[in-house]
Amino acid sequence: MADEPGGGGCSLQDYPTIDPTSFDVVLCGTGLPESVLAAACAAAGKTVLHVDPNPFYGSLFSSLPLPSLPSFLSSSSGSVPSPSSSATTLSTTSYAVVDLHRRSLYSEVETSGTVPELSRRITVDLVGPRVLYCADEGVDLLLRSGGSHHVEFKSVEGGTLLYWEGGLYPVPDSRQAIFKDTTLQLKEKNLLFRFFKLVQTHIAASSAGAEVGEGEASGKLPEEDLDLPFIEFLKKQHLSPKMRAVVLYAIAMADYGQDGAHSCEKLLTTREGIKTIALYSSSIGRFANAEGAFIYPMYGHGELPQAFCRCAAVKGALYVLRMPATALLVDEGKKRYVGTRLASGQDILCQQLILDPSYEIPSLDMPCNAPVSNSPRKVARGICIISSSVKQDSLNVLVVFPPKSLEEEQVAAVRVLQLSSNLAVCPPGMFMVYLSTPCADAFTGKKYINKAIEILFTTKASDDPEGHLEITSENNKEVKPTLIWSCVYVQEITEGTTTLSCPMPDENLDYRSILESTKKLFAEICPNDEFLPRNSAPKYADDDSDSAE
Amino acid sequence: MHGRPRRPDKPEDAAAADAKAAKLRDLQTQVLRNHHSRTYSKEALGLSFKLLELNPEAYTAWNYRKLAFQHNLGELSELEAIKSSIDDELRVVELALRQNPKSYGAWYHRKWLLNQKLAPVDFKREFGLLDKLLKVDARNFHGWNYRRFLAKFMGVPEEEELKYTKDKISDNFSNYSAWHNRSILLSNLLTQQRKGFESKQKIFSEEFELVTQALFTDPSDQSGWFYHLWLLAQTSSPENPQLIASWPSNGAKLSLSSVREANDKQNTPSSFSSICCYSLKEGILPIVLFFNEPVKGLTPSSVSLNSDLVVGKNIQWRPLSVTDSGHSYCWVTYLEVSNLEYCSSQQFSVEASIPNTDDIVSRSGSSYNCPVHFTFTFEPNNIDSITEDTDLIHDPISWDCSEPLPSHVKPSCIHSDQLKITNALIQEESKWHLERLSDELDLFRELPDDNSKFAKLTLARLLLACAAIKSRGSSLIERRGYCEEALGLFNDLIYLDPSHKRYYEDERSLVLMDQLTCNMESFMKYCSVQVLPNLAPLNHVQLCRLSLTCIGFVERLLWVQMLDLSHNNLRSIEGLEALQHLVCLNVSNNQISSFTALKPLTEILSLKVLDLSFNEIGTHPINTTRYICPTPFSHKVEACEAFEECQKKNINVEEFWDAILFFKHVNLVQLGFEGNAIANKENFRTLVVTLNPSIKWLDGACVH
Repeated sequence: MADEPGGGGCSLQDYPTIDPTSFDVVLCGTGLPESVLAAACAAAGKTVLHVDPNPFYGSLFSSLPLPSLPSFLSSSSGSVPSPSSSATTLSTTSYAVVDLHRRSLYSEVETSGTVPELSRRITVDLVGPRVLYCADEGVDLLLRSGGSHHVEFKSVEGGTLLYWEGGLYPVPDSRQAIFKDTTLQLKEKNLLFRFFKLVQTHIAASSAGAEVGEGEASGKLPEEDLDLPFIEFLKKQHLSPKMRAVVLYAIAMADYGQDGAHSCEKLLTTREGIKTIALYSSSIGRFANAEGAFIYPMYGHGELPQAFCRCAAVKGALYVLRMPATALLVDEGKKRYVGTRLASGQDILCQQLILDPSYEIPSLDMPCNAPVSNSPRKVARGICIISSSVKQDSLNVLVVFPPKSLEEEQVAAVRVLQLSSNLAVCPPGMFMVYLSTPCADAFTGKKYINKAIEILFTTKASDDPEGHLEITSENNKEVKPTLIWSCVYVQEITEGTTTLSCPMPDENLDYRSILESTKKLFAEICPNDEFLPRNSAPKYADDDSDSAE
Repeated sequence: MHGRPRRPDKPEDAAAADAKAAKLRDLQTQVLRNHHSRTYSKEALGLSFKLLELNPEAYTAWNYRKLAFQHNLGELSELEAIKSSIDDELRVVELALRQNPKSYGAWYHRKWLLNQKLAPVDFKREFGLLDKLLKVDARNFHGWNYRRFLAKFMGVPEEEELKYTKDKISDNFSNYSAWHNRSILLSNLLTQQRKGFESKQKIFSEEFELVTQALFTDPSDQSGWFYHLWLLAQTSSPENPQLIASWPSNGAKLSLSSVREANDKQNTPSSFSSICCYSLKEGILPIVLFFNEPVKGLTPSSVSLNSDLVVGKNIQWRPLSVTDSGHSYCWVTYLEVSNLEYCSSQQFSVEASIPNTDDIVSRSGSSYNCPVHFTFTFEPNNIDSITEDTDLIHDPISWDCSEPLPSHVKPSCIHSDQLKITNALIQEESKWHLERLSDELDLFRELPDDNSKFAKLTLARLLLACAAIKSRGSSLIERRGYCEEALGLFNDLIYLDPSHKRYYEDERSLVLMDQLTCNMESFMKYCSVQVLPNLAPLNHVQLCRLSLTCIGFVERLLWVQMLDLSHNNLRSIEGLEALQHLVCLNVSNNQISSFTALKPLTEILSLKVLDLSFNEIGTHPINTTRYICPTPFSHKVEACEAFEECQKKNINVEEFWDAILFFKHVNLVQLGFEGNAIANKENFRTLVVTLNPSIKWLDGACVH
């Protein structure tokens, strides 16, 4: 658990001296990608040093006690306290020292409401709203690395709700859910299930391999359909606008509106859409005790990097917290990084250096791997504490506001994740809610986050007669949950400019894209090694921990 | 559990199987030895347990354990000891079920144990076991059987069990067992009029709603369709059996010869006041009662017959076309009129009535509550002229179906009433039934056409159910619309689902027959009066070239004397037995494949002329008629004289057994059988002539 965020004020004497001084891989920051890399490198037999300026694990992926949140959101900027340069270094070798700076990813932080009592028992994620698909890469990595022994999951058992025409509808995501749904018309049910079946046949045929034979006879969709924008394919299946919204935004988890022809680059292809549906459907029922497709780690997402760090440590990686990196060591002849200078003043040499994305990578006169994008992506995030569940009788629920549902100009979906005390992220009697939406500018992003908050919750006491939210699946109108505390802010997302840097928490609901980039990084570091092979997990007596609680 | 492909055995599996077999054999011998020597020691029981654990199908071992249990029980006195010995047995069953959850023996053993009622049953444990089992395989019917057993044993209210089925359906609606159990529970609850189950209409509306959700979600899943079919049957048919037709019909006048009268007054059809009844010649007057569903319990007391004659003594009602458990649509009795002392031209009247009676019941157990009364008269006159004329049919009858029927000649006896039966029988048309069915129709027309055979079939069935209700009323035009749509659907289905082609063809034939016969106007096109030389005019119906594969709606044909069904695709003539008045039948150019399929004709005493030419009798070496006809000849028929007679004439009895039985029971004057494979067989002609001495014309040639 993160206990002392922002505590970087150690005096020099407090820093331990690290021995040895040369490693295969040095990683600064213990975010999820760095931690996965550390575990993977350690498993591949590399010597690994993993340092973090914070006294807790997770960096940008950590979960913090609520009181520490404001300082974290505001203080992770500024330059790293730099010890007197080369005071303790034996600068016999010829390398240059480039000072490192850290930047703040967060802006426009705005909080309101009163922090409830017992606030230290409230843990907030920096990456929220985020979940894992039961069948996604993250879960597989945990199982393969043995990290699953250190985390416990619970399912988002309340399923997904879609905000549509002023009400919240349960998302019919399976045959049984379609059957039980009370809001769909019979014809819609028929078309929706027919679509699911079509997709499932395709998935089964594709996974059965090529030997079955190509073409429509095998049940596969024709190539021209796969290249079609997903929205066009859905229209071809005669799905109603509401059903299209269900599939696009609540199952395929598209970020941007797929209706407008102008946003062509953001159009999901059928191939991509079906890939996510395949993941979604294989997630349902993967673990007997997990209801629905999604699971959430108990105690928050900060547990995940920790779990991988432990795996790395088991494999021999060296861990030092409260240890910022202050400078890069550059081999001027070769124009490459050869090590880092730590806050203790010690210079550590390494073959490969990885920095967490809060470090500003100084642009040297060496070739950049990727051009720096001039306008970074942004994601507006919200964290709320509310009094009761948005869906009766459910603890953990996902809510999706599809594009245009809040107002006509809304281009991106707003996703909301409600978590209950059964995940040990808050005391009983309250719920944590995370919201996010990708945005071009902070103003619009925050506007939609606030709109969604307004729709879902009431700020007044619950006896306000207007505080009703229409849940159409129920006949009786339900009382909106009361908003106790909220925080809305904007996070910048810049993508790895060099091989030095790991990906940031992105606007997605899951870790797929982050882990994909991490995998690529690993391939560059260890081109001949398998990424966390199955047998890298330490052997435990029984391996039934792969089930979510 | 379901839908998993079988994998071929690997060689190492074969070795393991051999070892297992050896072990099983060994255990089995030991258990059997103990069984014979009545050794019920702990050790011996252990052996039987080992055997059952490996092979729960070893039934003898279960029985051995039952004997052992009873034997050892005698030595126990304390309740605790009894309890623990029951527990041991229950555990054996559980372990056996783990090996095979569908073991009959194991399940029976458990029921047997509980039925001993030696100790209080731990129902929690039993239901827990069931839950576990049904979780593994929700469609394990053993599990469901046991659940019903337990529920009854423990007295679980059926309302609760109904709720359980709903839960199971919510988990997975392709659970036929759950739907099935639901139908049974609902039937019971509705019959008992339990609280909340007073209104059949309300309950069924809800059930339709529920099952429709499943049907629309996944129309290719058949469990829901079965349930829908059950609901439909509950909705479309009247609750109590009804008499829908009789022969003779109300007000009919029968005579033996109306030859003269008919010839005299041919131009005024209305004067055909009396109908020639050929069977009167044999001194027999058949009375036929036809019900809307199979019934049983017709006796002289449940059906009263009053007449100037003393007829009440030897009345025996006999079911024609018996379905299961002795129920039949059609019942007949034969009045003996040969030895009557009568003076010429005397009329006798017969009065028949069926009061409300609990004796006559349908298969579902509902009793007859639709009182009916009808009278008819007959005059056994001119008996002298008949005795002269022993064979009515002198000349071969020509069936010229290409010739259009003379339209001006109308059958004398048919009144539209006869086709529909008296209005008194029409129950008040159920408004709810019709509304419900129309709603369902509208709904299924909405089901996007993905060529689902279930959807099409259900739609066709709904249309026919609507048509049936409409026919009870008078909206014949709407009715025609329903029928035509249904015909189209069956035509689609024949192409869509060729493996069930024959079923759809039969259904289509029924609709066609219904359409042709449902109202006088359309039916008249097929009816005429055939006047043959030296013969009383015959009521003639011609249904040729209609691609019929089976016969339906025979209740509308009870008056027919001459029936031409040639040039169809008939494979069965089931139903014709109700036509007790039939004299001439033409089924040439059809697909009848054996004499077994002609069994119904042996019930018609008056049948004289039969044309079987150009069928497929003798073509198929294997007779499958047995499987498609409800009442084929059975092998059980005791060797009758006919067999001996044939054997004397060197006729192969084994080959011709069905032909022998057929010709033994009919009394034909004319027979056509050319164009059948059997016609070329040696001895077949001999067989016919031997068994049917009255035969005069064989394939158009005079026999004598």
